[in-house]
Amino acid sequence: MLGIVRQKMLGQSLLKIRPAISVLRSYSSAAKQMTVREALNSALDEEMSADPKVFLMGEEVGEYQGAYKISKGLLEKYGPERVLDTPITEAGFAGIGVGAAYYGLKPVVEFMTFNFSMQAIDHIINSAAKSNYMSAGQMSVPIVFRGPNGAAAGVGAQHSQCYASWYASCPGLKVLSPYSSEDARGLLKAAIRDPDPVVFLENELLYGESFPVSDEVLDSSFCLPIGKAKIERKGKDVTITHGVGAEICASVVEESFAYLDAPVERIAGADVPMPYAANLERMAVPQVEDIVRAAKRACYRAVPLAAAA
Amino acid sequence: MALSRLASSSSRSADLLKPLCSAISLRRPISTDTTPITVETSVPFTSHQCDTPSRSVQTNAKELFTFFRDMALMRRMEIAADSLYKAKLIRGFCHLYDGQEAVAVGMEAAITKKDCIITAYRDHCTFVSRGGTLLEVFAELMGRQAGCSRGKGGSMHFYKKDSNFYGGHGIVGAQVPLGCGLAFAQKYSKDEAVTFALYGDGAANQGQLFEALNISALWDLPAILVCENNHYGMGTAEWRAAKSPAYYKRGDYAPGLKVDGMDAFAVKQACTFAKEHALKNGPIILEMDTYRYHGHSMSDPGSTYRTRDEITGVRQERDPVERIRKLILSHDLATEKELKDIEKEIRKEVDDAIAQAKENPLPESSELFTNVYAKGLGVESFGADRKEVRAILP
Repeated sequence: MLGIVRQKMLGQSLLKIRPAISVLRSYSSAAKQMTVREALNSALDEEMSADPKVFLMGEEVGEYQGAYKISKGLLEKYGPERVLDTPITEAGFAGIGVGAAYYGLKPVVEFMTFNFSMQAIDHIINSAAKSNYMSAGQMSVPIVFRGPNGAAAGVGAQHSQCYASWYASCPGLKVLSPYSSEDARGLLKAAIRDPDPVVFLENELLYGESFPVSDEVLDSSFCLPIGKAKIERKGKDVTITHGVGAEICASVVEESFAYLDAPVERIAGADVPMPYAANLERMAVPQVEDIVRAAKRACYRAVPLAAAA
Repeated sequence: MALSRLASSSSRSADLLKPLCSAISLRRPISTDTTPITVETSVPFTSHQCDTPSRSVQTNAKELFTFFRDMALMRRMEIAADSLYKAKLIRGFCHLYDGQEAVAVGMEAAITKKDCIITAYRDHCTFVSRGGTLLEVFAELMGRQAGCSRGKGGSMHFYKKDSNFYGGHGIVGAQVPLGCGLAFAQKYSKDEAVTFALYGDGAANQGQLFEALNISALWDLPAILVCENNHYGMGTAEWRAAKSPAYYKRGDYAPGLKVDGMDAFAVKQACTFAKEHALKNGPIILEMDTYRYHGHSMSDPGSTYRTRDEITGVRQERDPVERIRKLILSHDLATEKELKDIEKEIRKEVDDAIAQAKENPLPESSELFTNVYAKGLGVESFGADRKEVRAILP
């Protein structure tokens, strides 16, 4: 999930690829703090306020205020016609959401976690992703599928899978994976406004994290462009990217082999179902020390190779 | 509750109990009297497309004590798990079964270990009723080696294949087609046994249930679909999720029974009836009218979508453990103090198992890579840093 790339010192900046192509976008100076949860909630609120075609559907999104409280207050504000509690039937309600999008509404379909999206994946791919292509442009599908994705804390194998590479492999889908509150706000707004199906991969562990947000970010018109990279931090020795590592590695090697001073590496989840025990879970997921070690390898700092596990 | 005693030959069983009670090391039920006793279920059964079983259930003192002990143990175990979760010794998800014990215990009394059981994630008590130990439960909950899944599964993934308990499933509804598959295999193997596939009222609306039921009915599979209707799918009441919350009727062409799931004898009777039916005629649905005292999981207070009055009301009127206690007392099989002593014993058993589980180590690092496959083919697999952690899959 992380690609480590070493480049020649050509004054090139560190790129955070989100998904591909590089465009510089500066990081505005901070004033207020906002959690990712608040960022998502405010983005949903503002987009529902701005466009009456936007509605939210999913398990416990209404009366329960959201399984992770992302949709808190929305039922009260927008009523049961626009915030809909569904039964536990992902195939059914995802299909219903896509049908509503065919007709021109703008559904936001929440999966309590993306593990449950597998029950609905036929609709996400066959009914949503491919429709604009198959209909030569008649059937655009302005739907957002959102929810927590990937590792959490101790939730076991069936609740910890990362679907980034699954969905990112499907042409017709736009797949986003925000990090900070600014990312979450700007990208969710963009996703809701986008005429194409968007898979919006959040992470439960980030919901409670606070990030600084500028006034620009807090404005209701704030929106981030989909498909542009953001430079989190500039540097000159090594590039660390986030995302679907294998795809990034392949792209970089294909496009920029001549610039590379070291092999591209991946730091990713271990090739095992997620174990429950705390020590094993830690080993199954990238840790800071793994990234540091790989970065040093790319920069030819002596890092002894450990013996096999 | 109408009671009758068919034999008066045995003197007060309580007289037998007194000397035994004082033996501290005693861990088995006190009475082994198998003189038949007839008990009436709390309410009659309601049926769909079939006859109803009789309200009169055959039992005996031995079974009454077993029911009491097993349910009190499950109750104590779940409450202890609540404390362990709050102490952060249990991580992730923890879905507790207290209130629903009669379903696990009544079912087990009607069947053998040749019959299969599969359920969702509220699986701790079902695991115990299939023969799992307290140590295996607590060690698994705390992610230790002595856990039933060696710490790799967690609360939602308990299994005991040697007792035909097939888990332990986290994805709502998935266990029902799996259960029908077990039934298919039983029929294929001519085992003369059945499968009980348990699911909740929330799962009852899953399409895959109807697909699996359709196939099971077409192929006459010995599948018994058991809806544990505790009336709430996480925070959503049944009437908000199901156009028809008469789950025992939802099988349409498949017969169904509605059962008081808080009455272990009603559960036992219904499961006996269902097993006989399924072996001859294919799938049948049992709807167990039950209740969970805890919220959906430890992350859910369970009080935002239902009133505290409702919860205490059920506890006062319908508690499954109390029902058996009253039966034992009214039959003069034990005194209140004797039953309290059993509960004290149970508490100690649970505390001892927790203490043992706490001492148990976390899994070895090498366990990260074991059991990915049953047969590893000597393939290499990788950790987060491919250059640092790699292993040949065993």
